[in-house]
Amino acid sequence: MDGRATTLPKTPAGPLDAGPAGRPHVTIRGLSKRFGKAVIYDKFDFDIPRGKLISVFGPNGCGKSTLINMIAGLIPIDEGEILFDGKRLNEIKFGYVFQNYREALFPWLRAIDNVEYPLKLMQVPAAERKARSEKLIAHLGVKIDLNRYPYEMSGGQQQLVSIMRALIVEPEILFLDEPFSALDYEMTLFMREQLQRVFQETGTTTVLVSHDLEEAVYLADRVLLLSRHPALVADFVHFDDARPRTDATLSAPDFIRIKAHCLEVFQREVRKG
Amino acid sequence: MKRLDPFLPFVGAAGLVAVWYIAVWARIVDPVLLPSPAETFWALWKGMTGGALGMDFLMTVRRTVISTLIAAAIAIPLGIFLGSSERLYRSVEFVIDFFRSTPASAMFPLFLVLFGVGDETKISVAAFGAMLVILFNVAYGVMNARKTRLLAAKVMGASRFRVLTDVMLLESLPQTFIGLRNGVSLALVIIVVAEMFIGSTDGLGHRVFEAQQLFAMPDMYAAIFAAGALGYGLNLGFLLIERRYVHWSGK
Repeated sequence: MDGRATTLPKTPAGPLDAGPAGRPHVTIRGLSKRFGKAVIYDKFDFDIPRGKLISVFGPNGCGKSTLINMIAGLIPIDEGEILFDGKRLNEIKFGYVFQNYREALFPWLRAIDNVEYPLKLMQVPAAERKARSEKLIAHLGVKIDLNRYPYEMSGGQQQLVSIMRALIVEPEILFLDEPFSALDYEMTLFMREQLQRVFQETGTTTVLVSHDLEEAVYLADRVLLLSRHPALVADFVHFDDARPRTDATLSAPDFIRIKAHCLEVFQREVRKG
Repeated sequence: MKRLDPFLPFVGAAGLVAVWYIAVWARIVDPVLLPSPAETFWALWKGMTGGALGMDFLMTVRRTVISTLIAAAIAIPLGIFLGSSERLYRSVEFVIDFFRSTPASAMFPLFLVLFGVGDETKISVAAFGAMLVILFNVAYGVMNARKTRLLAAKVMGASRFRVLTDVMLLESLPQTFIGLRNGVSLALVIIVVAEMFIGSTDGLGHRVFEAQQLFAMPDMYAAIFAAGALGYGLNLGFLLIERRYVHWSGK
């Protein structure tokens, strides 16, 4: 982290970008996906580096969400292979945060029971569940009352509960599908800080789908820019500014330059359509 | 003015009684056909406290509750089973909708042949009608479970069975209660009609019918009010249970 930003050439970006363990975290090979006649992915290759926060950004309908949904097993893939350190999805622990927190949380459970639910599925005893949720709460510095039901909470609080629910299993990788797009601007700013804190505290490989370029760059170590479908890697941009990033980051020359570059690539891809 | 808001629901009732008094006072209706509110409520009070009406009321409650319980015991598991697969439900939907649309009273002769002139016939026709209403609601409750919530459970590693017990079942509860409230209302209608049949010796339907035959008009109105109170009470009961246990309903 020398604060210097660079842009790298096209795929596969992974090998050039290996984490501390020296190899990428997730390897995607020959991924193909069609919806009816539309080819969304055609023999798509990509490596997700370890311990980084990656933002996925691209034109509408290019398959941003489809990509993480396929990686997380929510949508079946037509062809190809996705491996996590050589392992399959069912062999690893991962977290997923939905855009629609209102429908993703269980309204019949208190917030704290929502957070602990994945542990219950793993048959972790109640005492240990409690210990682990308390640890997570302390770790993230969460100050909201988790004994309430989700519908008694604000949107941001509900999404924070969703993120905690994803983190409680100590996932190897965390996926977020436009997690803040249903929140108002004030809450979005607050939640960006929360997510940054989560990432700084845990160092979990994180893949964030965003439709907001400022957010995508501000939060990311790497910005994956996709083309229109069939999606290709239009660019894989580094943003290595030190954390915690603050409001000052938004007006720093590096940030502005990277954001401008991303916008240029994005516009180019949009015009191609 | 806001302080008076809790009394708003009584305005209509008071208005009705007032109109009724005026109708009696002005002799708009033959006094033999329309006794005064006081006479009627006195008959209601007398009947319910130690009179035959109280006994009839309890018999109707018993039959309605038994038939609703039977209906729920069949319809809820079956509804969950059918609703858990949309294709399965679509394949039986026509049959369910057809019989749901058939007036249950049309089934009386058939059930009379099957069960004879006793409580079994009344209870089974009511249970049949209520069952279809509950079944349809439970199945739709399960089918309309929020997709995101099911995906969320799946992505956390829940098995198909856990998704069913931890998510679908709870997701369907608000709709299930709608089914139960409609079902119990229908069961009451069918029971009261059945109690008017030849061979019936008790129940609110019998009481209304007999009072009319004897031209005991205050008793007849009293029995009608008792039936109304019962229907309202059963509905309210389910509503209170729902508010208590399905606290997230509508939120």
